[in-house]
Amino acid sequence: MIDFEPTQEQKEAIDIAHEFAKELFRPISRHYDEHEHESPQELIDKTWGERNKGTLALGLDVTASLRIEELCWGDAGLFLCVPGPGLGGAAIFASGTKEQLQRFLGSFNEGEPKWGAMAMTEPSCGSDTSAITATATRDGAEWVLNGEKIFVTWGKRAAENPGGLVVVWATVDKSAGRAGMKSFVVPAGTPGMRVEKLEKKLGIRASDTATLIFDNCRIPFENILGSPEIKKVDKSETKGFKGAMATFDATRPIVAAMAIGVGRAALDFVKETLEKEGIKIRYGVPRQKLIALERDMMEMEANYKAAKLLTLRALWMMSQFQPNNLEASMAKAKAGLAVTKITQKAVEIMGPLGYSRKYLLEKWMRDAKINDIFEGTGQINMLIVARRALDFSRDQLK
Amino acid sequence: MISFSPTEEQQMIVSMAKQFANDEIRRIYRQCDENGTIPEGVIDTAWKMGLTSSSIPEAYGGPGGERSAITGSLIAEELAWGDLSITMHALCPALFAYPILEMGTDTQRKKYLPFFCGEKYKAATAALIEPRFGFDPCSLLATARLEGKEYVLNGEKCYVPLAAEADLFLVYAAENGSSQGFIIEEGTKGLQVGEREKNMGIKALATYEITLKNCRIAKEDRLGGEKGCDFSRIMNSSRVALSAMAVGVAKAAMEYSRDYARERVAFGEPVASRQAIAFMLAEMAIEIDATRLMTWEAAWKLDRKDEATKEAALAKAYADDMVLMVTDRAVQILGGHGYVREHPVELWLRNGRGFTTFDGMATV
Repeated sequence: MIDFEPTQEQKEAIDIAHEFAKELFRPISRHYDEHEHESPQELIDKTWGERNKGTLALGLDVTASLRIEELCWGDAGLFLCVPGPGLGGAAIFASGTKEQLQRFLGSFNEGEPKWGAMAMTEPSCGSDTSAITATATRDGAEWVLNGEKIFVTWGKRAAENPGGLVVVWATVDKSAGRAGMKSFVVPAGTPGMRVEKLEKKLGIRASDTATLIFDNCRIPFENILGSPEIKKVDKSETKGFKGAMATFDATRPIVAAMAIGVGRAALDFVKETLEKEGIKIRYGVPRQKLIALERDMMEMEANYKAAKLLTLRALWMMSQFQPNNLEASMAKAKAGLAVTKITQKAVEIMGPLGYSRKYLLEKWMRDAKINDIFEGTGQINMLIVARRALDFSRDQLK
Repeated sequence: MISFSPTEEQQMIVSMAKQFANDEIRRIYRQCDENGTIPEGVIDTAWKMGLTSSSIPEAYGGPGGERSAITGSLIAEELAWGDLSITMHALCPALFAYPILEMGTDTQRKKYLPFFCGEKYKAATAALIEPRFGFDPCSLLATARLEGKEYVLNGEKCYVPLAAEADLFLVYAAENGSSQGFIIEEGTKGLQVGEREKNMGIKALATYEITLKNCRIAKEDRLGGEKGCDFSRIMNSSRVALSAMAVGVAKAAMEYSRDYARERVAFGEPVASRQAIAFMLAEMAIEIDATRLMTWEAAWKLDRKDEATKEAALAKAYADDMVLMVTDRAVQILGGHGYVREHPVELWLRNGRGFTTFDGMATV
């Protein structure tokens, strides 16, 4: 039955997350934007505890996305400091064996705060993840990893804090193309893995975006996710690659949910201001009678809604075990662009108040932009949607 | 619980509507647009599917099915994918029947609903739009004035579908500034049906101007009697129906241009292999889905009898933009071929542009 009513449990989850966003995230939002690379220890400890109690559980489902929207309404950069298995965990979920799930994530929630990260992007390859040059070489009972990974979200925390892990994408055979691409779990503190630098960014400054160097980094053979075999059927064969792509089907709607939270923060701020000014948005009045501000607000709200519904659908499909590759990319493409535009428009509407660092709106505009870039740029997601809609292969639509 | 899956019953109805749209409507729609007429056969078939009658209670001779704006939206999308004119014609009686069903007095329901449960298509219609700049459903120029035991109606209406053949009219007019519905039977003195209108699109649908000149009806013929009607709910039902139809029209245009772009070769490969074309199609696909979900959400609000103005108005405004964007791009993707009437995309662009105008011409 088509239904848009969250369950009682989900409503409570939303309320709790919103409370945290308001009380824990917002008050320190500006500080960590201006003190890049400083660690919000109190927030980390608090969210770690809540998360393990279940009150802030962040999986890959509808409830999690509702929570994430609220937390990112609070602050998207700080949300990316919340400990947990993160994208590394998502990769393990998508392509790990049961034994690996147990081994890597079974006791992840115990003890001190831990982070999981995924290292895919390299200095010379971003969206074209099949062009990865990092290598994994078999040496007896071990894999030896070499290469450089950039833009690793949670990179420093995952690589350095005990108990954390980094899922690294590397090729076991360059001549095999995509089929040779595999992912490997590297536990935090493994010799040969080090943090080279932290990026200084436009927004989400509280989030650590790291460059990781793998220099003869040795890990057990069993840390490869999926099959170690290379199926050399065809250069365009995508077996090994599938793990990465399956991960994206799960994580793209989650990133979309983050985006939606930032967009709503901006929308709410503008709405509150208009209310104080006594300006009412007149829904249902013919367009030619609306003032430009009303049109702008309605367009922003409709786009927010469109993005949110596409996101909920993509996650709902996953919960029904339906393939959601197309819908995940639709949600991500729409949400990333929608909130980029919503926040930019909000700054315009608010004028000097929007541009001033006295308020958070300008920060939200900077934060929002990342959602149109990471976990697949808007353009990459459009490409996926187009291929799906046309039923075209990568060769038919480049 | 949040869910995007239609019920089994809805899926059955949708597949029936889809098949009808594909087998019956698509066979003739092009000709209908050229000739400006719709054969009775296709309308009778639609009627027999119970599209209007299904939710009329047994007490009035109907099958007593559950009334649902979501189900209505699902059907409207499928039919409009077939053709918008034929859909509006087939569903036109609902413009009269549904407000009576939802808001009519007992007497009104008893008197009028059985007409819609018969074997033959019952032409009935509603008149809302007025031929002037700045038309606003909430501040109508047509007036209804109470004089003793009668209402006296005056004003002009346009885009009244099937006015020439309709036996029953639901005319919306301002009574002390608030929009209310008034039941007028064909032949009532003072009700004049004008010439058939000539429009850019929906050319197969016969629409008319009507004039009310001191048209007198009994006091009891106000929709909902003393209580009047919930006009904003009527408008929201229209918004939801039109949004669903916009999705159907857009889907037709998207599919056609997509298939064309897959086949049409330029510079040695299908034009769809170029991102300039492929990205247009991707955006069309995304926005069609987004609009459908927004329409469902607004319909869901209507079904719960919640205040739905915000959701319905946002969905409709979004749908208006979406269907124009999609149908325009469909023409663009076909290029010169899109501009000639051998291909249907020009028809969809003409129909698509109309949604901003069609207020009150459809309901769920």
